[in-house]
Amino acid sequence: MASITVASAPARTRTRTGVGRRQWIGLLYVAPAVALVVVFFVIPLGMTAWMSLNNWPLMGEHSFVGLDNYAAILHDTRFWNALKFTFYYTVVVTIAIFAVAFPLAIFIERPRPLTNLYRTAFFMPAVVGFASASLLWSWLLNVDSGLFSPAAFDLGLTEKKVNLLATFQPAFWSIIAMVVWKVAGFTMIILMTGLQSIPQDLQEAAVIDGAGPFARFRLITLPLMRRTLALALILSVAGSILAFDQFYIILRGGPRNQTLTAVYWIFNQSFVSFKLGYGAALSMVLLVILVALSLIQLWLLRKPEGLD
Amino acid sequence: MAEAMSQNRKAAFSLARHSTGIIASILFLAPIVWTVLSTFKPAQEARQPPLPPWPTTGFSIENYETLNSFGDGLWASAQNSIYVSVMTVILSVLVSVLAGYGFSRFRFPFRDFFFVLILSTIMIPFQSILTPIFLVLTKLGLHNTLTGLVCVYVTLQLPFSIFMMRNAFDAVPREIEEAARMDGASNVTMLVKVMLPLVWPGVVTIALFAFLGAWNEFLAALVLMTDQSKFTLPVMMTALQSGRFGAIDWGAVQAGVTVMMVPCLILFLALQRFYIRGLMAGAVK
Repeated sequence: MASITVASAPARTRTRTGVGRRQWIGLLYVAPAVALVVVFFVIPLGMTAWMSLNNWPLMGEHSFVGLDNYAAILHDTRFWNALKFTFYYTVVVTIAIFAVAFPLAIFIERPRPLTNLYRTAFFMPAVVGFASASLLWSWLLNVDSGLFSPAAFDLGLTEKKVNLLATFQPAFWSIIAMVVWKVAGFTMIILMTGLQSIPQDLQEAAVIDGAGPFARFRLITLPLMRRTLALALILSVAGSILAFDQFYIILRGGPRNQTLTAVYWIFNQSFVSFKLGYGAALSMVLLVILVALSLIQLWLLRKPEGLD
Repeated sequence: MAEAMSQNRKAAFSLARHSTGIIASILFLAPIVWTVLSTFKPAQEARQPPLPPWPTTGFSIENYETLNSFGDGLWASAQNSIYVSVMTVILSVLVSVLAGYGFSRFRFPFRDFFFVLILSTIMIPFQSILTPIFLVLTKLGLHNTLTGLVCVYVTLQLPFSIFMMRNAFDAVPREIEEAARMDGASNVTMLVKVMLPLVWPGVVTIALFAFLGAWNEFLAALVLMTDQSKFTLPVMMTALQSGRFGAIDWGAVQAGVTVMMVPCLILFLALQRFYIRGLMAGAVK
Protein backbone atom coordinates (compact mmCIF):
# COMPACT_ATOMS: atom_id res chain seq x y z
CA MET A 1 0.00 0.00 0.00
CA ALA A 2 0.94 3.61 -0.31
CA SER A 3 3.19 4.91 2.40
CA ILE A 4 2.71 8.18 4.23
CA THR A 5 5.23 9.83 2.00
CA VAL A 6 3.71 11.96 -0.67
CA ALA A 7 3.31 10.33 -4.05
CA SER A 8 3.77 13.06 -6.57
CA ALA A 9 1.26 13.25 -9.37
CA PRO A 10 2.53 11.97 -12.68
CA ALA A 11 3.90 14.82 -14.73
CA ARG A 12 1.28 15.94 -17.16
CA THR A 13 1.97 17.49 -20.50
CA ARG A 14 0.69 21.00 -20.79
CA THR A 15 -1.62 20.62 -23.70
CA ARG A 16 -3.66 23.72 -23.04
CA THR A 17 -2.97 27.22 -21.88
CA GLY A 18 -4.03 27.87 -18.31
CA VAL A 19 -2.94 24.49 -17.05
CA GLY A 20 -0.33 26.15 -14.85
CA ARG A 21 -2.90 28.49 -13.40
CA ARG A 22 -5.27 25.61 -12.86
CA GLN A 23 -2.70 23.87 -10.66
CA TRP A 24 -2.79 26.85 -8.29
CA ILE A 25 -6.49 26.27 -7.71
CA GLY A 26 -5.45 23.21 -5.69
CA LEU A 27 -4.39 25.65 -3.01
CA LEU A 28 -8.01 26.75 -2.67
CA TYR A 29 -9.16 23.15 -2.21
CA VAL A 30 -6.75 22.48 0.64
CA ALA A 31 -7.07 25.94 2.22
CA PRO A 32 -9.92 25.11 4.69
CA ALA A 33 -8.05 22.06 5.97
CA VAL A 34 -4.79 23.96 6.34
CA ALA A 35 -6.58 26.86 8.06
CA LEU A 36 -8.20 24.52 10.62
CA VAL A 37 -4.94 22.73 11.33
CA VAL A 38 -3.09 26.02 11.74
CA VAL A 39 -5.69 27.65 14.01
CA PHE A 40 -6.57 24.63 16.14
CA PHE A 41 -3.29 22.75 16.12
CA VAL A 42 -0.17 24.63 15.05
CA ILE A 43 -0.95 27.84 16.94
CA PRO A 44 -2.00 26.00 20.14
CA LEU A 45 1.17 23.93 19.87
CA GLY A 46 3.30 27.07 19.70
CA MET A 47 1.30 28.58 22.55
CA THR A 48 1.91 25.51 24.71
CA ALA A 49 5.64 26.00 24.29
CA TRP A 50 5.35 29.74 25.06
CA MET A 51 2.99 29.27 28.00
CA SER A 52 5.31 26.73 29.56
CA LEU A 53 7.83 29.58 29.99
CA ASN A 54 5.31 31.77 31.78
CA ASN A 55 3.44 31.97 35.02
CA TRP A 56 -0.03 31.96 33.49
CA PRO A 57 -3.07 32.17 35.77
CA LEU A 58 -6.58 31.91 34.33
CA MET A 59 -7.36 35.51 35.26
CA GLY A 60 -4.94 38.41 35.29
CA GLU A 61 -1.58 39.03 33.71
CA HIS A 62 0.90 36.32 32.87
CA SER A 63 4.59 36.86 33.45
CA PHE A 64 7.68 35.37 31.87
CA VAL A 65 9.51 33.05 34.24
CA GLY A 66 11.94 31.28 31.91
CA LEU A 67 12.50 27.67 32.80
CA ASP A 68 11.06 27.93 36.32
CA ASN A 69 8.12 25.70 35.46
CA TYR A 70 10.45 23.00 34.20
CA ALA A 71 12.57 23.34 37.31
CA ALA A 72 9.41 22.93 39.38
CA ILE A 73 8.58 19.72 37.50
CA LEU A 74 11.82 18.20 38.74
CA HIS A 75 10.57 18.52 42.31
CA ASP A 76 6.97 17.59 41.56
CA THR A 77 6.95 14.11 43.07
CA ARG A 78 3.24 13.70 42.39
CA PHE A 79 3.82 14.22 38.66
CA TRP A 80 6.64 11.67 38.64
CA ASN A 81 4.43 9.27 40.57
CA ALA A 82 1.68 9.84 38.02
CA LEU A 83 4.16 9.22 35.19
CA LYS A 84 5.45 6.10 36.92
CA PHE A 85 1.91 4.83 37.37
CA THR A 86 1.10 5.64 33.73
CA PHE A 87 4.05 3.57 32.52
CA TYR A 88 3.20 0.71 34.86
CA TYR A 89 -0.39 0.75 33.61
CA THR A 90 0.79 0.93 29.99
CA VAL A 91 3.03 -2.12 30.33
CA VAL A 92 0.44 -4.20 32.16
CA VAL A 93 -2.51 -3.30 29.97
CA THR A 94 -0.56 -3.78 26.73
CA ILE A 95 0.55 -7.26 27.76
CA ALA A 96 -3.01 -8.09 28.83
CA ILE A 97 -4.52 -6.80 25.57
CA PHE A 98 -2.08 -8.80 23.45
CA ALA A 99 -2.58 -11.93 25.56
CA VAL A 100 -6.30 -11.77 24.71
CA ALA A 101 -6.20 -10.27 21.22
CA PHE A 102 -3.59 -12.56 19.66
CA PRO A 103 -5.43 -15.85 20.32
CA LEU A 104 -8.65 -14.18 19.15
CA ALA A 105 -6.97 -13.01 15.94
CA ILE A 106 -5.77 -16.55 15.23
CA PHE A 107 -9.25 -17.82 16.06
CA ILE A 108 -11.00 -15.60 13.51
CA GLU A 109 -8.27 -15.36 10.91
CA ARG A 110 -9.55 -17.89 8.39
CA PRO A 111 -13.11 -17.91 7.05
CA ARG A 112 -14.97 -20.83 8.62
CA PRO A 113 -18.64 -21.17 9.52
CA LEU A 114 -19.82 -18.39 11.89
CA THR A 115 -16.40 -16.67 11.95
CA ASN A 116 -17.92 -13.36 10.90
CA LEU A 117 -20.45 -13.57 13.70
CA TYR A 118 -17.77 -14.23 16.32
CA ARG A 119 -15.60 -11.45 14.94
CA THR A 120 -18.45 -8.96 15.17
CA ALA A 121 -19.25 -10.04 18.72
CA PHE A 122 -15.63 -9.65 19.87
CA PHE A 123 -15.43 -6.27 18.21
CA MET A 124 -18.66 -4.74 19.57
CA PRO A 125 -17.15 -3.20 22.75
CA ALA A 126 -14.53 -1.45 20.61
CA VAL A 127 -17.10 0.86 18.98
CA VAL A 128 -18.50 1.92 22.34
CA GLY A 129 -16.77 5.06 23.61
CA PHE A 130 -14.32 4.98 26.51
CA ALA A 131 -16.63 7.22 28.52
CA SER A 132 -19.65 4.96 27.97
CA ALA A 133 -17.61 1.87 28.77
CA SER A 134 -16.26 3.52 31.92
CA LEU A 135 -19.73 4.55 33.10
CA LEU A 136 -20.98 1.04 32.40
CA TRP A 137 -18.18 -0.59 34.38
CA SER A 138 -18.38 1.91 37.22
CA TRP A 139 -21.85 0.46 37.75
CA LEU A 140 -20.75 -3.18 37.38
CA LEU A 141 -17.97 -2.49 39.90
CA ASN A 142 -20.18 -0.62 42.39
CA VAL A 143 -20.30 -2.31 45.77
CA ASP A 144 -24.01 -1.87 46.46
CA SER A 145 -25.83 -1.68 43.12
CA GLY A 146 -23.23 -3.33 40.89
CA LEU A 147 -22.73 -6.86 39.65
CA PHE A 148 -19.39 -8.31 40.70
CA SER A 149 -19.33 -7.80 44.48
CA PRO A 150 -22.98 -8.78 45.08
CA ALA A 151 -22.64 -11.78 42.75
CA ALA A 152 -19.49 -12.98 44.51
CA PHE A 153 -21.25 -12.51 47.85
CA ASP A 154 -24.38 -14.37 46.72
CA LEU A 155 -22.30 -17.24 45.42
CA GLY A 156 -20.58 -17.45 48.81
CA LEU A 157 -17.16 -16.58 47.40
CA THR A 158 -16.74 -13.65 49.81
CA GLU A 159 -18.01 -13.27 53.37
CA LYS A 160 -19.25 -9.76 52.81
CA LYS A 161 -19.62 -7.47 49.82
CA VAL A 162 -16.11 -6.32 48.92
CA ASN A 163 -15.70 -2.78 47.61
CA LEU A 164 -13.47 -3.43 44.60
CA LEU A 165 -12.69 0.25 44.16
CA ALA A 166 -11.53 0.92 47.72
CA THR A 167 -7.99 -0.45 47.53
CA PHE A 168 -5.36 -0.20 44.84
CA GLN A 169 -4.93 -3.78 43.64
CA PRO A 170 -8.56 -4.73 42.94
CA ALA A 171 -9.28 -1.24 41.57
CA PHE A 172 -6.28 -1.38 39.22
CA TRP A 173 -7.07 -4.86 37.93
CA SER A 174 -10.72 -3.93 37.46
CA ILE A 175 -9.60 -1.13 35.13
CA ILE A 176 -7.31 -3.55 33.30
CA ALA A 177 -10.24 -5.96 32.81
CA MET A 178 -12.45 -3.15 31.53
CA VAL A 179 -9.85 -1.85 29.07
CA VAL A 180 -9.06 -5.34 27.77
CA TRP A 181 -12.79 -5.93 27.26
CA LYS A 182 -13.08 -2.66 25.36
CA VAL A 183 -9.87 -2.71 23.29
CA ALA A 184 -9.04 -6.39 22.60
CA GLY A 185 -11.41 -6.55 19.60
CA PHE A 186 -9.71 -3.57 18.00
CA THR A 187 -6.21 -5.01 18.43
CA MET A 188 -7.56 -8.35 17.20
CA ILE A 189 -8.62 -6.86 13.85
CA ILE A 190 -5.22 -5.22 13.34
CA LEU A 191 -3.39 -8.45 14.14
CA MET A 192 -5.79 -10.33 11.86
CA THR A 193 -4.77 -8.17 8.88
CA GLY A 194 -1.17 -9.12 9.61
CA LEU A 195 -1.96 -12.83 9.84
CA GLN A 196 -3.95 -12.74 6.63
CA SER A 197 -1.10 -11.12 4.74
CA ILE A 198 1.14 -14.16 5.33
CA PRO A 199 1.12 -16.30 2.20
CA GLN A 200 -0.64 -19.60 2.85
CA ASP A 201 1.83 -21.62 0.76
CA LEU A 202 4.67 -20.52 3.03
CA GLN A 203 2.97 -22.20 5.98
CA GLU A 204 2.18 -25.29 3.89
CA ALA A 205 5.77 -25.57 2.73
CA ALA A 206 6.90 -25.43 6.35
CA VAL A 207 4.44 -28.21 7.25
CA ILE A 208 5.92 -30.37 4.49
CA ASP A 209 9.40 -29.63 5.83
CA GLY A 210 8.18 -31.00 9.15
CA ALA A 211 7.89 -27.78 11.16
CA GLY A 212 5.55 -28.05 14.13
CA PRO A 213 2.93 -25.39 14.86
CA PHE A 214 5.13 -23.74 17.47
CA ALA A 215 8.14 -23.52 15.16
CA ARG A 216 5.94 -22.18 12.36
CA PHE A 217 4.57 -19.49 14.65
CA ARG A 218 8.03 -18.44 15.81
CA LEU A 219 9.86 -18.66 12.49
CA ILE A 220 7.20 -17.61 9.97
CA THR A 221 4.24 -15.89 11.62
CA LEU A 222 6.09 -13.58 14.01
CA PRO A 223 8.81 -12.31 11.64
CA LEU A 224 6.35 -11.72 8.81
CA MET A 225 4.02 -9.85 11.16
CA ARG A 226 6.70 -7.49 12.36
CA ARG A 227 5.09 -4.33 10.96
CA THR A 228 1.58 -5.24 12.09
CA LEU A 229 2.82 -6.18 15.54
CA ALA A 230 4.71 -2.91 15.78
CA LEU A 231 1.63 -0.96 14.75
CA ALA A 232 -0.67 -2.71 17.23
CA LEU A 233 1.95 -2.28 19.94
CA ILE A 234 2.44 1.44 19.31
CA LEU A 235 -1.30 2.10 19.13
CA SER A 236 -1.76 0.34 22.44
CA VAL A 237 1.20 2.07 24.10
CA ALA A 238 0.32 5.56 22.84
CA GLY A 239 -3.34 5.12 23.80
CA SER A 240 -2.45 3.88 27.27
CA ILE A 241 0.03 6.66 28.01
CA LEU A 242 -2.77 9.14 27.26
CA ALA A 243 -5.31 7.26 29.41
CA PHE A 244 -7.71 9.53 31.24
CA ASP A 245 -11.42 8.69 30.84
CA GLN A 246 -11.50 5.40 32.74
CA PHE A 247 -9.40 6.67 35.67
CA TYR A 248 -11.41 9.87 35.93
CA ILE A 249 -14.83 8.28 35.60
CA ILE A 250 -14.41 5.03 37.54
CA LEU A 251 -11.79 5.92 40.16
CA ARG A 252 -11.49 9.75 40.25
CA GLY A 253 -7.77 9.08 40.54
CA GLY A 254 -8.33 7.18 43.76
CA PRO A 255 -7.94 5.25 45.97
CA ARG A 256 -5.71 7.85 47.69
CA ASN A 257 -4.62 9.42 44.37
CA GLN A 258 -2.77 6.23 43.48
CA THR A 259 -4.27 6.01 39.99
CA LEU A 260 -3.64 9.55 38.76
CA THR A 261 -2.27 9.26 35.23
CA ALA A 262 -0.07 11.82 33.48
CA VAL A 263 -2.96 13.35 31.52
CA TYR A 264 -5.08 13.36 34.68
CA TRP A 265 -2.38 15.28 36.56
CA ILE A 266 -2.06 17.81 33.72
CA PHE A 267 -5.85 18.16 33.72
CA ASN A 268 -5.80 18.80 37.48
CA GLN A 269 -3.03 21.38 37.26
CA SER A 270 -4.52 23.20 34.27
CA PHE A 271 -8.25 23.02 34.82
CA VAL A 272 -8.71 22.44 38.54
CA SER A 273 -5.83 24.49 39.97
CA PHE A 274 -5.73 26.76 36.88
CA LYS A 275 -1.93 26.83 36.78
CA LEU A 276 -1.99 27.06 33.00
CA GLY A 277 1.72 27.77 32.54
CA TYR A 278 2.75 24.86 34.73
CA GLY A 279 0.21 22.61 32.99
CA ALA A 280 1.75 23.63 29.66
CA ALA A 281 5.22 22.67 30.86
CA LEU A 282 3.89 19.28 31.97
CA SER A 283 2.21 18.96 28.56
CA MET A 284 5.54 19.59 26.85
CA VAL A 285 7.08 16.69 28.78
CA LEU A 286 4.21 14.41 27.73
CA LEU A 287 4.46 15.66 24.17
CA VAL A 288 8.16 14.87 23.94
CA ILE A 289 7.48 11.33 25.17
CA LEU A 290 4.73 10.79 22.58
CA VAL A 291 6.74 12.25 19.69
CA ALA A 292 9.66 10.00 20.64
CA LEU A 293 7.24 7.08 20.52
CA SER A 294 6.02 8.15 17.08
CA LEU A 295 9.59 8.27 15.82
CA ILE A 296 10.19 4.77 17.16
CA GLN A 297 7.00 3.78 15.38
CA LEU A 298 8.19 5.16 12.04
CA TRP A 299 11.43 3.25 12.50
CA LEU A 300 9.67 0.00 13.39
CA LEU A 301 7.20 0.39 10.53
CA ARG A 302 9.85 1.01 7.91
CA LYS A 303 9.54 -1.26 4.92
CA PRO A 304 11.55 -4.45 5.37
CA GLU A 305 14.74 -4.28 3.33
CA GLY A 306 14.65 -6.06 0.02
CA LEU A 307 10.85 -6.17 -0.03
CA ASP A 308 8.40 -3.87 -1.81
CA MET B 1 -12.31 -46.91 9.69
CA ALA B 2 -9.64 -44.26 9.24
CA GLU B 3 -12.20 -42.06 7.57
CA ALA B 4 -14.60 -42.42 10.48
CA MET B 5 -11.84 -41.40 12.86
CA SER B 6 -10.98 -38.29 10.88
CA GLN B 7 -14.70 -37.51 10.77
CA ASN B 8 -14.79 -37.75 14.55
CA ARG B 9 -11.75 -35.57 14.93
CA LYS B 10 -13.29 -33.00 12.66
CA ALA B 11 -16.48 -32.98 14.69
CA ALA B 12 -14.51 -32.65 17.92
CA PHE B 13 -12.49 -29.77 16.49
CA SER B 14 -15.63 -28.03 15.31
CA LEU B 15 -17.29 -28.50 18.70
CA ALA B 16 -14.25 -27.10 20.52
CA ARG B 17 -14.09 -24.17 18.12
CA HIS B 18 -17.72 -23.23 18.47
CA SER B 19 -17.80 -23.60 22.24
CA THR B 20 -14.76 -21.32 22.48
CA GLY B 21 -16.38 -18.87 20.08
CA ILE B 22 -19.68 -18.83 21.93
CA ILE B 23 -18.15 -18.46 25.40
CA ALA B 24 -15.86 -15.64 24.22
CA SER B 25 -18.76 -13.92 22.44
CA ILE B 26 -20.84 -14.08 25.61
CA LEU B 27 -17.99 -12.55 27.64
CA PHE B 28 -17.68 -9.65 25.21
CA LEU B 29 -21.39 -9.02 24.79
CA ALA B 30 -22.53 -9.64 28.38
CA PRO B 31 -21.74 -6.19 29.86
CA ILE B 32 -23.62 -4.47 27.02
CA VAL B 33 -26.64 -6.79 27.17
CA TRP B 34 -26.66 -6.68 30.99
CA THR B 35 -26.83 -2.89 30.97
CA VAL B 36 -29.48 -2.57 28.28
CA LEU B 37 -31.73 -5.16 29.96
CA SER B 38 -31.50 -3.66 33.42
CA THR B 39 -32.47 -0.18 32.22
CA PHE B 40 -36.02 -1.48 31.80
CA LYS B 41 -36.41 -2.22 35.50
CA PRO B 42 -38.56 0.05 37.65
CA ALA B 43 -36.41 2.58 39.55
CA GLN B 44 -36.83 0.74 42.85
CA GLU B 45 -35.53 -2.51 41.37
CA ALA B 46 -32.74 -0.79 39.43
CA ARG B 47 -31.11 0.21 42.74
CA GLN B 48 -30.58 -3.46 43.60
CA PRO B 49 -27.74 -5.54 42.15
CA PRO B 50 -28.68 -6.69 38.63
CA LEU B 51 -29.27 -10.35 39.47
CA PRO B 52 -30.88 -11.40 37.18
CA PRO B 53 -30.26 -8.63 34.64
CA TRP B 54 -33.81 -8.58 33.26
CA PRO B 55 -36.69 -6.85 35.06
CA THR B 56 -38.47 -9.13 37.52
CA THR B 57 -41.03 -6.71 38.91
CA GLY B 58 -42.44 -5.50 35.63
CA PHE B 59 -41.19 -3.71 32.55
CA SER B 60 -40.75 0.06 32.90
CA ILE B 61 -39.16 3.02 31.18
CA GLU B 62 -39.04 4.99 34.42
CA ASN B 63 -35.22 5.20 34.29
CA TYR B 64 -35.34 7.00 30.97
CA GLU B 65 -37.98 9.38 32.28
CA THR B 66 -36.03 10.30 35.44
CA LEU B 67 -32.97 10.88 33.29
CA ASN B 68 -34.77 13.82 31.76
CA SER B 69 -35.26 15.45 35.16
CA PHE B 70 -31.58 16.01 35.99
CA GLY B 71 -30.17 19.45 35.24
CA ASP B 72 -31.18 20.45 31.75
CA GLY B 73 -32.28 16.93 31.07
CA LEU B 74 -31.04 14.04 29.02
CA TRP B 75 -32.76 15.30 25.91
CA ALA B 76 -30.86 18.59 26.02
CA SER B 77 -27.50 16.79 26.24
CA ALA B 78 -28.56 14.29 23.60
CA GLN B 79 -29.43 17.19 21.31
CA ASN B 80 -26.01 18.73 21.97
CA SER B 81 -24.33 15.42 21.21
CA ILE B 82 -26.34 14.94 18.03
CA TYR B 83 -25.62 18.50 16.89
CA VAL B 84 -21.89 18.21 17.58
CA SER B 85 -21.59 14.78 15.94
CA VAL B 86 -23.63 15.63 12.85
CA MET B 87 -21.82 18.93 12.32
CA THR B 88 -18.47 17.18 12.79
CA VAL B 89 -19.47 14.65 10.14
CA ILE B 90 -20.64 17.30 7.66
CA LEU B 91 -17.67 19.61 8.11
CA SER B 92 -14.99 16.95 8.19
CA VAL B 93 -16.40 15.29 5.08
CA LEU B 94 -16.60 18.64 3.28
CA VAL B 95 -13.12 19.78 4.27
CA SER B 96 -11.43 16.44 3.64
CA VAL B 97 -13.11 15.76 0.30
CA LEU B 98 -11.94 19.16 -0.93
CA ALA B 99 -8.45 18.68 0.50
CA GLY B 100 -8.17 15.08 -0.67
CA TYR B 101 -9.08 16.18 -4.20
CA GLY B 102 -6.68 19.10 -4.04
CA PHE B 103 -3.77 16.98 -2.80
CA SER B 104 -4.48 14.23 -5.31
CA ARG B 105 -5.06 16.22 -8.49
CA PHE B 106 -3.19 19.52 -8.34
CA ARG B 107 0.43 20.52 -8.11
CA PHE B 108 0.86 23.76 -6.25
CA PRO B 109 3.57 25.35 -4.13
CA PHE B 110 4.03 23.86 -0.64
CA ARG B 111 1.71 20.97 -1.51
CA ASP B 112 3.92 18.32 0.07
CA PHE B 113 4.66 20.58 3.02
CA PHE B 114 0.95 21.07 3.77
CA PHE B 115 0.20 17.39 3.39
CA VAL B 116 2.96 16.35 5.77
CA LEU B 117 1.95 19.14 8.17
CA ILE B 118 -1.63 17.85 8.37
CA LEU B 119 -0.61 14.20 8.70
CA SER B 120 2.04 14.92 11.31
CA THR B 121 -0.54 16.34 13.73
CA ILE B 122 -1.42 12.73 14.45
CA MET B 123 1.90 12.40 16.30
CA ILE B 124 1.01 15.17 18.76
CA PRO B 125 -1.49 14.22 21.47
CA PHE B 126 -4.28 16.82 21.52
CA GLN B 127 -4.46 16.33 25.29
CA SER B 128 -1.24 18.31 25.55
CA ILE B 129 -2.58 21.38 23.71
CA LEU B 130 -6.04 21.63 25.29
CA THR B 131 -5.28 24.73 27.36
CA PRO B 132 -4.21 26.86 24.36
CA ILE B 133 -7.16 25.50 22.35
CA PHE B 134 -9.34 26.80 25.18
CA LEU B 135 -7.66 30.23 24.89
CA VAL B 136 -7.88 30.28 21.08
CA LEU B 137 -11.60 29.50 21.25
CA THR B 138 -12.04 32.32 23.76
CA LYS B 139 -10.22 34.73 21.41
CA LEU B 140 -12.47 33.67 18.54
CA GLY B 141 -15.60 34.17 20.64
CA LEU B 142 -16.27 30.42 20.41
CA HIS B 143 -15.62 29.83 24.08
CA ASN B 144 -18.15 27.42 25.59
CA THR B 145 -20.00 26.96 22.30
CA LEU B 146 -20.85 23.72 20.54
CA THR B 147 -19.49 25.24 17.31
CA GLY B 148 -16.10 25.64 18.96
CA LEU B 149 -16.16 21.99 20.01
CA VAL B 150 -17.06 21.01 16.43
CA CYS B 151 -14.04 22.93 15.09
CA VAL B 152 -11.75 21.03 17.46
CA TYR B 153 -13.29 17.64 16.57
CA VAL B 154 -13.05 18.32 12.83
CA THR B 155 -9.38 19.26 13.19
CA LEU B 156 -8.71 16.03 15.09
CA GLN B 157 -10.33 14.01 12.28
CA LEU B 158 -8.40 15.65 9.46
CA PRO B 159 -5.17 13.61 9.37
CA PHE B 160 -7.06 10.33 9.04
CA SER B 161 -9.81 11.54 6.73
CA ILE B 162 -7.59 13.56 4.38
CA PHE B 163 -5.21 10.61 4.11
CA MET B 164 -8.20 8.37 3.28
CA MET B 165 -9.64 10.77 0.71
CA ARG B 166 -6.31 11.51 -0.96
CA ASN B 167 -5.85 7.76 -1.49
CA ALA B 168 -9.43 7.38 -2.70
CA PHE B 169 -8.97 10.12 -5.32
CA ASP B 170 -5.56 8.72 -6.30
CA ALA B 171 -7.29 5.43 -7.13
CA VAL B 172 -9.59 7.09 -9.69
CA PRO B 173 -8.08 6.79 -13.19
CA ARG B 174 -7.20 10.12 -14.75
CA GLU B 175 -8.82 9.16 -18.05
CA ILE B 176 -12.24 9.60 -16.46
CA GLU B 177 -11.40 13.19 -15.61
CA GLU B 178 -9.89 13.90 -19.01
CA ALA B 179 -13.06 12.66 -20.68
CA ALA B 180 -15.25 14.82 -18.48
CA ARG B 181 -13.02 17.82 -19.09
CA MET B 182 -13.38 17.30 -22.83
CA ASP B 183 -17.11 17.60 -22.27
CA GLY B 184 -16.44 20.97 -20.70
CA ALA B 185 -16.97 20.13 -17.03
CA SER B 186 -15.59 22.71 -14.59
CA ASN B 187 -13.51 21.74 -11.58
CA VAL B 188 -16.45 21.86 -9.20
CA THR B 189 -18.86 19.99 -11.48
CA MET B 190 -16.15 17.43 -12.01
CA LEU B 191 -15.68 16.91 -8.29
CA VAL B 192 -19.38 16.68 -7.44
CA LYS B 193 -20.80 14.90 -10.49
CA VAL B 194 -17.91 12.74 -11.68
CA MET B 195 -15.51 12.11 -8.81
CA LEU B 196 -17.76 11.97 -5.76
CA PRO B 197 -19.75 8.91 -6.86
CA LEU B 198 -16.44 7.11 -7.42
CA VAL B 199 -14.98 7.86 -3.98
CA TRP B 200 -18.27 7.33 -2.14
CA PRO B 201 -17.07 4.36 -0.02
CA GLY B 202 -14.23 6.49 1.32
CA VAL B 203 -16.68 9.26 2.23
CA VAL B 204 -18.86 6.81 4.18
CA THR B 205 -15.78 5.56 6.05
CA ILE B 206 -14.59 9.00 7.12
CA ALA B 207 -18.15 10.06 8.02
CA LEU B 208 -18.50 7.00 10.25
CA PHE B 209 -15.20 7.65 12.03
CA ALA B 210 -16.05 11.34 12.44
CA PHE B 211 -19.40 10.50 14.01
CA LEU B 212 -18.03 7.91 16.43
CA GLY B 213 -15.11 10.17 17.33
CA ALA B 214 -17.30 13.17 18.11
CA TRP B 215 -20.07 11.18 19.80
CA ASN B 216 -17.68 9.43 22.19
CA GLU B 217 -15.09 12.14 22.89
CA PHE B 218 -14.88 13.03 26.57
CA LEU B 219 -11.84 15.05 27.71
CA ALA B 220 -12.12 17.99 25.30
CA ALA B 221 -15.87 18.25 25.91
CA LEU B 222 -15.26 18.14 29.67
CA VAL B 223 -12.67 20.91 29.50
CA LEU B 224 -14.18 23.17 26.86
CA MET B 225 -17.90 23.03 27.78
CA THR B 226 -18.23 24.76 31.14
CA ASP B 227 -21.92 25.59 30.96
CA GLN B 228 -24.26 22.73 31.87
CA SER B 229 -26.64 23.57 29.03
CA LYS B 230 -23.78 22.82 26.60
CA PHE B 231 -22.84 19.42 28.06
CA THR B 232 -22.62 16.52 25.63
CA LEU B 233 -23.86 13.11 26.76
CA PRO B 234 -20.56 11.75 28.15
CA VAL B 235 -19.98 14.90 30.23
CA MET B 236 -23.60 15.04 31.40
CA MET B 237 -23.65 11.37 32.37
CA THR B 238 -20.34 11.65 34.23
CA ALA B 239 -21.75 14.60 36.18
CA LEU B 240 -24.77 12.46 37.05
CA GLN B 241 -22.62 9.44 37.96
CA SER B 242 -20.40 11.58 40.20
CA GLY B 243 -23.42 12.50 42.29
CA ARG B 244 -23.56 16.10 41.14
CA PHE B 245 -27.37 15.92 41.11
CA GLY B 246 -27.72 14.23 44.51
CA ALA B 247 -27.68 10.52 45.29
CA ILE B 248 -26.48 8.48 42.34
CA ASP B 249 -29.38 6.93 40.47
CA TRP B 250 -27.75 3.89 38.86
CA GLY B 251 -30.87 3.07 36.87
CA ALA B 252 -30.70 6.48 35.24
CA VAL B 253 -26.93 6.16 34.66
CA GLN B 254 -27.47 2.86 32.86
CA ALA B 255 -30.27 4.39 30.80
CA GLY B 256 -27.88 7.17 29.78
CA VAL B 257 -25.13 4.68 28.95
CA THR B 258 -27.61 2.82 26.76
CA VAL B 259 -28.50 6.02 24.92
CA MET B 260 -24.78 6.62 24.37
CA MET B 261 -23.98 3.07 23.22
CA VAL B 262 -26.89 2.16 20.98
CA PRO B 263 -26.23 4.62 18.11
CA CYS B 264 -22.60 3.44 17.92
CA LEU B 265 -23.60 -0.21 17.87
CA ILE B 266 -26.31 0.30 15.23
CA LEU B 267 -24.02 2.38 13.01
CA PHE B 268 -21.25 -0.18 13.33
CA LEU B 269 -23.51 -3.12 12.52
CA ALA B 270 -24.99 -1.30 9.52
CA LEU B 271 -21.66 -0.02 8.17
CA GLN B 272 -19.25 -2.69 9.42
CA ARG B 273 -17.69 -3.07 5.97
CA PHE B 274 -16.72 0.61 5.89
CA TYR B 275 -15.45 0.54 9.45
CA ILE B 276 -13.11 -2.38 8.83
CA ARG B 277 -11.99 -0.69 5.60
CA GLY B 278 -11.00 2.38 7.56
CA LEU B 279 -9.12 0.31 10.11
CA MET B 280 -7.27 -1.52 7.37
CA ALA B 281 -6.37 1.70 5.60
CA GLY B 282 -5.05 3.03 8.89
CA ALA B 283 -3.29 -0.25 9.65
CA VAL B 284 -1.57 -0.84 6.34
CA LYS B 285 -0.47 2.72 5.66
